[in-house]
Amino acid sequence: MHVIGERINGMFTAIGDALATKDKKPVQHMAEKQLAAGADILDINVGTRVPKAERAEAMKWLVEATREVTTNPLSIDNPSLDTVRVGLTAACKNGRAIINSTTGQADKLAAFMKLAAEFKVGIIGLAIDENGVASTCDAKVEIGMRTIAAAVEANVPVEDVYLDPIILPVNCDQKTPGIVLQTIAQFKMLSDPAPHVVVGLSNLSQGSSERSLINRTFLALAIGAGLDASIHDPMDTELTNTMVTAELLMNKMIYSDSYLKAYLQKT
Amino acid sequence: MSTLVDAKEKWTGTISTLVLGATREEGGSRTSKVTVGGSSTLPFMRFEGAVASRPAVAVEIWDTPPDDWPAPLTEAWGDAMKSPAVWARKAVEECGAELICLKLAGTHPDFGNKTPGEAAATVKDVLKAVGVPLIIWGCDNDEKDNNVLPACSQAAAGERCLMAAATEENYKTLVASCQADGHSLVGLSPIDINIAKQINILVSEMGFPLDRVVMYPTTGALGYGLEYTYSIQERGRLAALGGDKMMSLPVICMVGQEAWRAKETRASAEEQPTWGDAATRGIYWELATAAALLQSGSDIMVMRHPKAATALKDTITRLIG
Repeated sequence: MHVIGERINGMFTAIGDALATKDKKPVQHMAEKQLAAGADILDINVGTRVPKAERAEAMKWLVEATREVTTNPLSIDNPSLDTVRVGLTAACKNGRAIINSTTGQADKLAAFMKLAAEFKVGIIGLAIDENGVASTCDAKVEIGMRTIAAAVEANVPVEDVYLDPIILPVNCDQKTPGIVLQTIAQFKMLSDPAPHVVVGLSNLSQGSSERSLINRTFLALAIGAGLDASIHDPMDTELTNTMVTAELLMNKMIYSDSYLKAYLQKT
Repeated sequence: MSTLVDAKEKWTGTISTLVLGATREEGGSRTSKVTVGGSSTLPFMRFEGAVASRPAVAVEIWDTPPDDWPAPLTEAWGDAMKSPAVWARKAVEECGAELICLKLAGTHPDFGNKTPGEAAATVKDVLKAVGVPLIIWGCDNDEKDNNVLPACSQAAAGERCLMAAATEENYKTLVASCQADGHSLVGLSPIDINIAKQINILVSEMGFPLDRVVMYPTTGALGYGLEYTYSIQERGRLAALGGDKMMSLPVICMVGQEAWRAKETRASAEEQPTWGDAATRGIYWELATAAALLQSGSDIMVMRHPKAATALKDTITRLIG
């Protein structure tokens, strides 16, 4: 399971303030805490407090601050091609990166895949296109197919592609979680080797009570359907334990009495 | 016509690399060292990934003459069995043992009950007699091993030995000794992959580096559980190459000990006239057990018969190319 830690995001007060005052410490502290909790990849998102014109520069600063404490892959989380390029340039100086993310319009796919090939990085493809968020399993899979075709066209290995079926808040749309589970299983059958499948998990419980419970219950179901990457808060211990246990039950690792501890000793 | 290309598996894990033996410059007195592990693919699959080191062949000797070894073994070693130092030298000189596995059987309360001091003196004698690295194996009695092995560890401090064995119930004393004296250790699990992993977790929780641990999932001889050992070792190796760090450790097999317990290796020609030459039957049994286990991912093979040990080295050379 590739855990993409979501906590370096300008929307969180500590990181937003750090960006404003150019104080690296809170950023690096958050990076280290997430890695210690099991994160494999760290998402880097400048948030919306930074004015649009300054986001590329803010991305560069945030990536560089994080890079000082880890060589793990960084997920460059921004919709702008230019800002992503700036982030990749900084991140790939000492490690790998993932583009987070592209949507499924033909021109966007082509441009982002070209960028992924240039930097030899992974890329997340969302089940969104010119018609908005794909709402049915068929529509999600169709965008997934187009994303893989665009990757192959641009010489991006399928093993570097992460398809995101898009999960919506359960209190807005209760049909989507079931559709997403179906889609995950179908994404996995799109090619051999299969693409990775990722979700932005926390979105599921936006505005709900019992956020952590909802997140971890869905994560277990999704792992059962074939999910192998997730953007979430790795410091949610119960979520992590559920994830590790779900993987154990799917025979992704060898059981031992201390399997939960072993997960945190993995590096 | 286009030629077919090799179908290659992509592995993400690598077996840890372990060096046994320290030379004078490194604070020991060994004249040779043994490196095992380091592979990033299944055994002998050189076209697919790195086969970083060859499996090492160790010869098992005892601190006291064994009383139940069958004739082919006692005849092969002869009087050397009376002195661990002479025995060790013979194993190195006559069959090219890359490691000596000194089993402290004579410290067992029911089999000589030698003191920790006597065991430590034997370790020193063997270290003096040969230049290859040592595997020091207790008598498999927890209480006695916890007294004997720390003394032996100290007597061999800095020599980078491999000490055996830590179990799920009894590992703290051995871990502390190996930590203090710079040795590596063997984690023993009774044909149980879950316990094998559990021991690795427990040992690493004490702050002991995992890359100084060797797994011993216990060995089944041909006809006596070889398949179980094989499938457990293979499953462990597949998990390791798939990225499970807690399983990415070299494996040791006590081949001689198990093969020479089989009735096929012990029965005389009079008892079993149709089973073939009693003098060579056991050697083949031991060699066949070892050759099969090599394929499932074995890194240190502990042998008993000199001819089986020599033939195994030859087999490995032929497989490695």
